[in-house]
Amino acid sequence: MPGLHFLANPARFRRFSQRALPGLALATVLALLVGLYMALIQSPPDYQQGETVRIMFLHVPSAWLAMAGYALLAALGAALLVWRHPLAALMARAAAPVGACFALVCLLTGSLWGRPMWGTYWVWDARLTSMLLLFFLYLGHIALSRAYDDSDRGDRAAAILALAGVINLPIIKFSVDWWNTLHQPASVARLGGPAIHPTILIPLLWMAGALLLLFILLVLLRTETEIDRRRLEIAEAA
Amino acid sequence: MTPVLALIARDLRLVWRRPGDVAVVLAFFVVATVLFPLGIGPEPNTLSRIAAGVLWCAALFASLLSLDRLFAADYEDGTLDLLLLAPWPLELAALAKCVAHWIVTGLPLALLAPLLGVAFGLRHESLWALTASLLVGTPTLSLIGGLAAALTLGARRSGALLALLALPLCVPTLIFGAGAVETLAMGEDFTTHLLILAALALVALASTPWAMAAALRQAGE
Repeated sequence: MPGLHFLANPARFRRFSQRALPGLALATVLALLVGLYMALIQSPPDYQQGETVRIMFLHVPSAWLAMAGYALLAALGAALLVWRHPLAALMARAAAPVGACFALVCLLTGSLWGRPMWGTYWVWDARLTSMLLLFFLYLGHIALSRAYDDSDRGDRAAAILALAGVINLPIIKFSVDWWNTLHQPASVARLGGPAIHPTILIPLLWMAGALLLLFILLVLLRTETEIDRRRLEIAEAA
Repeated sequence: MTPVLALIARDLRLVWRRPGDVAVVLAFFVVATVLFPLGIGPEPNTLSRIAAGVLWCAALFASLLSLDRLFAADYEDGTLDLLLLAPWPLELAALAKCVAHWIVTGLPLALLAPLLGVAFGLRHESLWALTASLLVGTPTLSLIGGLAAALTLGARRSGALLALLALPLCVPTLIFGAGAVETLAMGEDFTTHLLILAALALVALASTPWAMAAALRQAGE
């Protein structure tokens, strides 16, 4: 993949990202404004969930991005271990807290939605529990990558962890599903149902796109910061 | 195979000469388990209901407790450098360390658990299920814990970090381990649970030695 290797050079990446950032930031703000208008004002309240359905416009994309973020961490981990891609380590360091934040937003909004809909802030539903475990995997990655005085060591250890985590995620998901059906059979109302009406689906997809832009923007910004931090580290060591 | 057996024998000899290390882990397991009735109350039905989960969680914590020394002693005294230079695969050496760890923690925990199960009022057949599930499940804990130990080698606050890394990855084993006992208590067949536990152990056996060796090579650099 020539594109990846082209960006492997941090200085070249900076030139690329600095050119891309202003436009990306503008696009993110516009997309979020339009998306929030569609989600909070334009779309009708759900006939069952009422106004609380609007939480879903933030909740569902956050869940998608939290999962995609972990896949990104694993891909960056592989790039670091296989090709010793120098930027992959910095980007993984930048992306992990962003992904963790999306997982946390997903959990918090889900909890706020659960209070009026299920009558409780938390149930040990299979999906809630797997998202919580995904959040813990993020925390482990963040803690491990920052646990060494030698940051190269932390980056590579975290890369191995991300790969081990991504192999384990489907197993964890499967076992939590199994555990949930063993403990509490279908006592919980299920979101979604057979089909989502376009008046809900379009704002949802729009918000997903806007939050994806936000995710990319934050990761790029934080990667730049990481590059600066590494330069300072090297300058201090020299 | 000889170097692997030699390495296992060496680790067992080291433990044999300082049996206190194993005793502390087993004592932790007993004390941690005994705290639950004290916290929850002595009501027999409640206790026998939660026994499997409590014993499995306590076994999980106890096996993590001893893991932070798994590679650390070898790292500090230079044995790890010799293992890195040795002409046989580091993967096998890492696996041998985990096997030794399982023999001195997983195995005694599985044998000790039924005694505590009696105190929780588990029925006779549930005790067998508990031992069987721990025998099949604890190797996974040793392997995943070994990976976490290798990753945190030389890190700051490595003990707490090790637990943070290993616990989420051990969730499937915990679910099916405690689930095996519970299924039997409901009068159903628990073979499926044991088979899945065995499958988890085999996946860990096939995958963690590579990751452990990769982590140990970085530690040795």
